[in-house]
Amino acid sequence: MLHIVACIKQVPDTKIIKMNPKTNTMDRRTAPAILNPYDAHAVEEAVRLKHKYGGIVSVVTMGPPPAVSAIKKCIEIGADEGYLITDRRFAGADTLATSYAVTKAIEKIAKTRPVDLIICGKMSIDGDTGQVGPGIARRLDIPPLTSVNKVVEINQEEGYAIVHRKLEDGYEAVRSTLPCLFSVEKTINEVPYSPLPNMIKAARYTPQIWSVDDLEGVDITQLGLKGSPTIVSKVWAPPKPAGGSILEGNPRAQVEQLLSVLLEKKELFEAKEGV
Amino acid sequence: MDFKDYKGVWVFIEQKDDMVASVSLELLGAGRKLADKRGVELAGILIGENVKHLTKTVFEAGADTVYVYDQPIFKHYRTESYMKALLDCSDKHKPEIILYGATSTGKDLASAVATDLPTGLTADTTELDVEEETGLLLASRPAFGGNIMATILCKKYRPQMATVRSKVMKALPPEIGRTGKIVEETISLKEEDIRTKVLEIVKETVKKVKIDEADIIVAGGKGLGSFDGFQLIHRLAETLGGAVGASRDVVEAGWIDHPHQVGQTGVTVTPKIYFAIGISGAIQHIVGMKNSGIIIAINKDKEAPIFQNCHYGIVGDAFEIVPLLIEMFEHALAKEKVTK
Ligand SMILES: Cc1cc2nc3c(=O)[nH]c(=O)nc-3n(C[C@H](O)[C@H](O)[C@H](O)COP(=O)(O)OP(=O)(O)OC[C@H]3O[C@@H](n4cnc5c(N)ncnc54)[C@H](O)[C@@H]3O)c2cc1C
Repeated sequence: MLHIVACIKQVPDTKIIKMNPKTNTMDRRTAPAILNPYDAHAVEEAVRLKHKYGGIVSVVTMGPPPAVSAIKKCIEIGADEGYLITDRRFAGADTLATSYAVTKAIEKIAKTRPVDLIICGKMSIDGDTGQVGPGIARRLDIPPLTSVNKVVEINQEEGYAIVHRKLEDGYEAVRSTLPCLFSVEKTINEVPYSPLPNMIKAARYTPQIWSVDDLEGVDITQLGLKGSPTIVSKVWAPPKPAGGSILEGNPRAQVEQLLSVLLEKKELFEAKEGV
Repeated sequence: MDFKDYKGVWVFIEQKDDMVASVSLELLGAGRKLADKRGVELAGILIGENVKHLTKTVFEAGADTVYVYDQPIFKHYRTESYMKALLDCSDKHKPEIILYGATSTGKDLASAVATDLPTGLTADTTELDVEEETGLLLASRPAFGGNIMATILCKKYRPQMATVRSKVMKALPPEIGRTGKIVEETISLKEEDIRTKVLEIVKETVKKVKIDEADIIVAGGKGLGSFDGFQLIHRLAETLGGAVGASRDVVEAGWIDHPHQVGQTGVTVTPKIYFAIGISGAIQHIVGMKNSGIIIAINKDKEAPIFQNCHYGIVGDAFEIVPLLIEMFEHALAKEKVTK
């Protein structure tokens, strides 16, 4: 029986999000919250491994109370249990403070059911760093395996896993002891439409919800904004480069001006002419 | 922690197939400026097996010192072994700043090291500066949710760390014959202590799309409307002999594959000519192409931010302008051939 924990995050849907052109900022009210797309692949992979080897998939997330809906989405994909850690004291966490809090949650989950494998998405589409997965692995002192695009084998009896890690020009096959942590590429699988029974289960599902006080051995100073070594000192609009000239006239006149700009760089097109 | 003990700017030197990665050379260029401003040394940290001779390249690219861990255990990149070497070196020599390329290896290593030290780590930086007096690293990157940049600081810990996008910093021209100090280090690490083994490395000969080497890039955005509409971009690229680029929204719509994506989560490109057609010009796109030679924007919305980031702009419908451009360009080329 494998116990796999998938770490997930709820994010604003950047595809639908509308920008306010005046202030150049995102209109968060228009942004529906979704399960981070990379994490859907992490959960899907966990569920596939469960079907192959037998076991249980738990998902864990840190976030505000509405993140329950991201957990429900994971139940639809086929996860068995969900855990939300939510508390004002988690707010403002950077990647270091996030990996600390999520690790504390995983430690608590592992108390009742030891964890064999942790799977994370490659990164979140809002933070975009990919740093939390390896951070959790280091804190739990288990090997982190990033850029995983295929799981070849999990051998619980002998305590190892073999995966492919994507490289710039191919891949490498790596064997690791269990437990370990994978962060997975989107290409690792396709997330199919959820089967109806899962949808029904998800609709009725309530995850376990924990606050800081429910976790054990937490050093409050390592949480949230206080526990975050990085701070945003300022946000600024990038300077506008000079010289942007809008070409005037009717379309033909505009294209003519553009053409003369291009033909000044004739050497670029000559190679092609020779063929 | 006494910040006074921490000195110098370090660059993690990524190497593969007996070559120093170009991003590491770019970081040495950027690191040189930081080190000079602060009046400290620039060092490379080189980990691998049979890599000592690569120090030459590192010195020629601007380093004063190279710390070398040259042991069989470092033959393949593995998080745990490389991390232990880096932590060992950082413990002994206490740098103020460590920079890594934002490659899969650089990010993997930096994330692990940051957790163990612990310290702050800024991801995918596109601009770097340092405060002369305090040594505070100013690492800037596009912020989420707006056409804005954010500058990120780490005030509480040393060393300060950042991963930096490739192709945004400039390598110095190699100074042939320039040398420096080699500091050879070893750690006692047994193969049995490392929990991962690389079993096999497989090179895939799939045709690699390398748009970052093209002189001309024709990039299209969501404004092309559909997969079929996007074919217009391919046609123009073909006519000009250029490569095809795309915004993230286009890649997510499935009109083209991810290797063509330009921007923060795609590739950074610096072609001689860059066309942005039907691309609004979000900051995450701009950081990936702003250093191009000539930027030409075609967009039907005259308020689109792309017009603030281009050299020449045409306010118009791509479906009118681009076919006209193809036609007139072909015509001009034909004429040119005749007169030759
Ligand atoms: C963490 C993060 C990372 C990101 N990374 C990247 C990245 O690497 N690369 C990237 O590109 N984006 C990235 N983005 C997304 C980015 O913020 C923008 O959403 C995206 O670049 C917009 O794509 P677009 O310009 O094609 O589409 P839109 O913003 O929808 O713009 C379409 C444009 O087409 C114009 N148009 C419409 N019809 C026509 C026509 N007929 N003729 C001419 N013009 C027309 C419109 O006026 C509009 O300006 C990232 C976002 C986040 C949050």
